[in-house]
Amino acid sequence: MSHPLLAVENLRVTFPTSRGPMDVVRGISFSLGRERLGIVGESGSGKSMTGRSILKLIRSPGTVTADRLDFDGIDLLKQTEKAMRAIRGARISMVMQDPKFSLNPVMTVGEQIAEALITHQRLARREVRERVHAMLESVRISDPQRVAKLYPHEVSGGMGQRVMIAMMLIPEPDLLIADEPTSALDVSVQAQVLDIIDDLVRRKGMGLIFISHDLNLVSSYCDRILVMNSGRVVEECKAGELRGATHPYTRALISAVPRLNETRDELPVLDRSAWADQ
Amino acid sequence: MANVQSWLTDDSPDSRLQARLIRLYRISGALARNPLAAVGAVIILMLILTAIFAPIVATHDPLLQDLTKRLLRPSSAHWMGTDELGRDIWSRVVFGARITLVIVVLVAVLAAPAGLLIGAVAGYFGGWVDRLLMGITDIFLSMPKLILALALVAALGPGIENAIIAIAITSWPGYARISRAETMTFRNSEFIAAIRLQGASAFRVILGHVLPLCTSSMIVRVTLDMAGIILTAAGLGFIGLGAQPPLPEWGAMIARGRSFILDQWWVATMPGFAIIAVSLGFCFLGDGLRDVLDPKSGENH
Amino acid sequence: MAFEPDTVPIAAGAFKIMPDSGRGLRFLGGVAGFAISVAITFLGLLAITFFIGRVVPIDPVLAVVGDRAPKAVYEAARIEMGLDKPAIVQFVRYVGSVLSGELGTSVSTGRPVLEDLKRVFPATLEMATLGIIIGVFLGVPMGVYAASQRGSLVDQVIRVIGLFGYAIPAFWLGLVGLALFYAQLQWVGGPGRLDIFYDGLVEPVTGLLLVDAVLVGEKDIFFNAVSHLVLPASVLGFFSLAYIARMTRSFMLDQLAQEYVTTARVKGVSERLVIWRHAFRPILVPLITVCGLSYAGLLEGSVMIETIFSWPGIGNYLTVALLNADMSAVLGATLVIGAVFIGINKISDALYRFLDPRAR
Repeated sequence: MSHPLLAVENLRVTFPTSRGPMDVVRGISFSLGRERLGIVGESGSGKSMTGRSILKLIRSPGTVTADRLDFDGIDLLKQTEKAMRAIRGARISMVMQDPKFSLNPVMTVGEQIAEALITHQRLARREVRERVHAMLESVRISDPQRVAKLYPHEVSGGMGQRVMIAMMLIPEPDLLIADEPTSALDVSVQAQVLDIIDDLVRRKGMGLIFISHDLNLVSSYCDRILVMNSGRVVEECKAGELRGATHPYTRALISAVPRLNETRDELPVLDRSAWADQ
Repeated sequence: MANVQSWLTDDSPDSRLQARLIRLYRISGALARNPLAAVGAVIILMLILTAIFAPIVATHDPLLQDLTKRLLRPSSAHWMGTDELGRDIWSRVVFGARITLVIVVLVAVLAAPAGLLIGAVAGYFGGWVDRLLMGITDIFLSMPKLILALALVAALGPGIENAIIAIAITSWPGYARISRAETMTFRNSEFIAAIRLQGASAFRVILGHVLPLCTSSMIVRVTLDMAGIILTAAGLGFIGLGAQPPLPEWGAMIARGRSFILDQWWVATMPGFAIIAVSLGFCFLGDGLRDVLDPKSGENH
Repeated sequence: MAFEPDTVPIAAGAFKIMPDSGRGLRFLGGVAGFAISVAITFLGLLAITFFIGRVVPIDPVLAVVGDRAPKAVYEAARIEMGLDKPAIVQFVRYVGSVLSGELGTSVSTGRPVLEDLKRVFPATLEMATLGIIIGVFLGVPMGVYAASQRGSLVDQVIRVIGLFGYAIPAFWLGLVGLALFYAQLQWVGGPGRLDIFYDGLVEPVTGLLLVDAVLVGEKDIFFNAVSHLVLPASVLGFFSLAYIARMTRSFMLDQLAQEYVTTARVKGVSERLVIWRHAFRPILVPLITVCGLSYAGLLEGSVMIETIFSWPGIGNYLTVALLNADMSAVLGATLVIGAVFIGINKISDALYRFLDPRAR
C-alpha cells in the first residue's frame, strides 16, 4: 500500500450562525492506514463532524473544505454525489450511536441489512438472504432467521447495535467509522459490542476510526489516539503512550478518570482557561 | 433613548412590570425580525385602524344608494367601483372591516376563556372530571363546525349576534383541548406542588398559576384560528344567515355580487380580496407568534 | 375556506407499522371500545340536533295546527306530538325515530327528509370524492417535494399555496373560478351536474353520474358530466391539496431529520429511495388519517360550494332548507352530514391505531 487508506489535511467544517460563520472543525490533519484510530473529545469538540465529513454527509448550510481528503488514492473532494453514493457503504461505512433512532422502524432487520448489500451488488434473492443470515451470525446473533424478520423496536439495544454493525459491514468496506458505537448501550453490553467490532475489523483488515468521549475505552481498543478539543487536534499519540501526553487538556482528561486504587479525595475539575483560545 | 433601551434589555429586572415589559420588547423584536410576521402584524394593525377610523378612511357613505351610479367600474372616484344599488364598494369594504373585527373579537372573547377554563380544569383535576369534560369536548370536536354553526343560526334566527354565538359555541372545544394538554404538562411539576403545599386552593392554583401559563399557546391558537372564524362568518353571511342587509358584511357582499360576476366582477371579488388579506394577516402573525412563543410545536427550523 | 380538521393527528416521531402480535382478545376489546366511542359520539350529535330543534323560537305545535286553532285542538296536538312528556323521554323518542329512519317531512319539498337526502347525497359524494383524489395525488407529492427541497423556490411556492388554501373563502374561489373558466374561457361546463338537455336522461342507479353514465354506456353524457364536475371538484381539490401538502411537508421535515435517514445515506442508497422508502414510509399511516380528515372536511365544505354551482347535493339542500326555516330538513341534513363526518373521523382514527398500535 503506497498511500495511506485515508489522508486528511486541514479539514475545516463551517456552519453559518446568527453571529457569523462558526468553525466546528478547525483545520485538522491526520492520516490512517489499516489500523485503528481513536478520536476522543467531549460534545462539541467536532469529532462527530469529522466522521461525517469524511463521508461527505454534511449538507448545506454547512460547508466542508480541506487541502486534502484522500481515500485510498481517491480525491473525495472532487467526487460527485453520485460517485460518493458508490463509495458510501461499499468502501466506507459508519456505525451510528443509538439503534433506537438509527434503524428504520418500518423495515425489518433483514430488509435493512439486505438493502446495504443490494445497493451495491446485484445478487439473487436467495444469496442475499444467506449472506444476511451469515452476517447476523458473525455479529453473534444466534437464530438469525428469526431475528431477520423482526422490527427494530422488537430487539434489545445491544442486539440493535449488532444489527447496525452487520448492516454496515456486510458490503465489506475498507474503512469503518464508529461514531460512539457503545455510548447508548448498557455497560454490560458495551464490551460485547466492542469485541465484535474489534474482531471483525481485525479479520477483514479494515481501517477503523473510533469516535468516543471515553478516553479509557479508546485507549484499550485503538492503536493510535487523536484528542480533539473545540475543533482542533490537541494531541496525537500511540495508545500505549497516553501517560506521556503533553497537552494540558489530555493530561486533565487522564487525571479526571478515577483509578481503581484511587488515593485522591477529590477528582480534579478541568480548568478550561488553560487552553481556551476563543 | 439609550436609557430606555438598556432598561428594556436588563438581565435582572427590578419589578414585575419591568420584567413583563422586557418580555414584550423581546417578543416584538423577534417578531419584527420575521418578515412574514411583521407583514401580518401590519395587516392586522391596518384592519384595526380602518375599523376605528372607518368614517375617515371611507370615501362615501356605505349605505347611500345612488341608482344612477349602479355597477360602475373601479375608478378614481370609486376605488372599488359601485354595487347594484350604486353604493361605493370601497366604503362598504371599509365599514365591513368593523363588522369583521367585531365578530372576530367577540368570538375570541367568548370562546377562548371558556375553552381555556374548561381545559385547565379538566387537565388539573384529572380523573372523572377530566373524562367527563373531555368527553363532551371530543363530541363537539368530532362534529363539523360549519354545519353545526349553520344549524344553530338556523334555530336562533339570522343576525350577526346569533352568528357570533353560533361560531363561539363551535370554537371553544378546540381551545379546551389545547389548554388541557398544556395543563397536563406541568400539572405534576414541582412548583405547582409547592404552591399547593402552601395551602392554595384548587381555585387559586388554576386561576393564578395554571391559566397564565397556558396563555401563550392560547394566544397563538386564537390568532391562527381567526382566519377560520372570519371565513366561517363570511360563509354564514354569504348564505344570508350572518349580518343582515344593508350591513356591509363581506360575505353578504359577495353573495350580492354573485349575479353579476360575469360583467361586473368587482362587486363580488373586492370583498373577497379583503377577506383573503385579513386571513393571511392573521395566519402570518399567528405563525410568527408561534415561532416566538411556542417553538416546541409547529415546524422545527 | 378553512374547512380543515381541527384535530391534527399525532405527528412524526418514529412510526412503526407493526405486524399484529397478540391479537384475539385485544383486538375484540379494541373493536368494542371503538364501537362504544362511536355510539357515544353519535348520541352526542343527536343530543345537539335535538337541542337545536327545541331551541327554535317557532312553536312546533302551532306550525302543525295553525295559530287559529282552539285550545282543545292545540292541547290534543301537543299531547300527540309527545311534547307534554319530560325532555328525556322526548329525546329517547327522537333517537328511536331517527334510528328507524324517520327524519320528518320537509316543508319545502313535501317529501320525507330521508328520501330527499338519499337523492341528493350521491351528488355531494361524487364531487367530494373527486376532490379528495385531486388533493391526495397532488398534495402528497407536493409536500414530499417541498420538504426534500427545503428552502428552494418550489418549497416557498408550495408553502404559499398551502397558506392560500387556508385563507381563501371557498365560495369566493368557486365564484371566481366559474366566472373565469366557464364564462370567460369556456373550458368547463357551467352550473349544475349536466347540460340542460341531458338532464334526466340517465336513470339514477347509484346517483353517481359518472358511474351511471358508464353503466348505461352513454359516452356523451359521461363526458358532459365530467366537464361539469371538473371545476367544483377542483375547487375542493385545491383546499384539500393545500392542507395535505402542508401536513405532508411538516411530517417529512421531521422525518428527514431522523437518524435512520442518515443511516440510509451512509449505506449509499439513492436519494429517491432515501426519500420514499426511508423518510416517507413511516409517515404513511398518519398521512392516511390526514387524508381521511380532509375528506370529511370536503364533505363539510361542499355546503359552500354547491350553492355557487347549483349542485343538487346535500349542501345545497341544507342551504335552501336554512333559508326556508325548514327545520326538519335542516336537522335531518345536519344529522346525515354530521354522521358521515364523525364516521370518517372515527374510521381514520381507528385505522391509525390499528395499523400503528405503538403510537399510544
